[in-house]
Amino acid sequence: MTRGDSASPLGQVRGLGSAHHGGEHWLTERVTSIALLLLGVWLIASLLLLPSLDQRTVVEWLRAPSGAVPMALLIIIGFRHALDGIKVVVDDYVHEEGNRFFWNTLLLFLAVGGAALALFALARIAFGAAA
Amino acid sequence: MAVSILHRATGVALTFAGLGLLTWWLVALSTGPEAYETFTTAAKHPLGIVVLVGLTWSFFQHLLSGIRHLIMDSGQGFELGVNKTLAILTVVGSVLLTFALWFTLLGVAK
Repeated sequence: MTRGDSASPLGQVRGLGSAHHGGEHWLTERVTSIALLLLGVWLIASLLLLPSLDQRTVVEWLRAPSGAVPMALLIIIGFRHALDGIKVVVDDYVHEEGNRFFWNTLLLFLAVGGAALALFALARIAFGAAA
Repeated sequence: MAVSILHRATGVALTFAGLGLLTWWLVALSTGPEAYETFTTAAKHPLGIVVLVGLTWSFFQHLLSGIRHLIMDSGQGFELGVNKTLAILTVVGSVLLTFALWFTLLGVAK
């Protein structure tokens, strides 16, 4: 399929690629990767700097905004990036349109469900309801 | 080639095992000391250590080969020699970082 020369540069790439999402998915994946580079290093450094990894110490760390906010970002962006990445694998290896829809939908539900569960647990800790 | 498929494999591992464990860890933390105890017992089990070391290596490998991909996205590093060197560096780097992290965590090097 070719598109007319009259299409704008954006119009020429919209809807292209094996996932038919043009360049947006590709760009999102890269922007979230840079955020996760920072958040991942933050998580490892924070865990190394904590005096201990017992429940009380870790809960106290996540009650402070300096712990809770980056952790919320890590959850949201981490699940988003994972879903974007796994979608590429599905689109590469699952060729039948119906199967592809099934896997992408299942993985979307898993990612949104997982992120919601993790965020709920974090909220419980941050707002002091955790034991 | 090999590093490219490693990027995909470590990405899949981080998605399912990594985000799965992160979620379990947060749920356990929010549930209370006993639930957290269950998590740490599993984490300290030899099999748990293997999984965690594997995940930290996956994280560093995915991070470094991700940076390599960003460099290549900018149109650089496609010369055969440079490309190969960068690919090897991601593996050397990820193994070194994993050792450094676990030596620090386990108090081997203080």
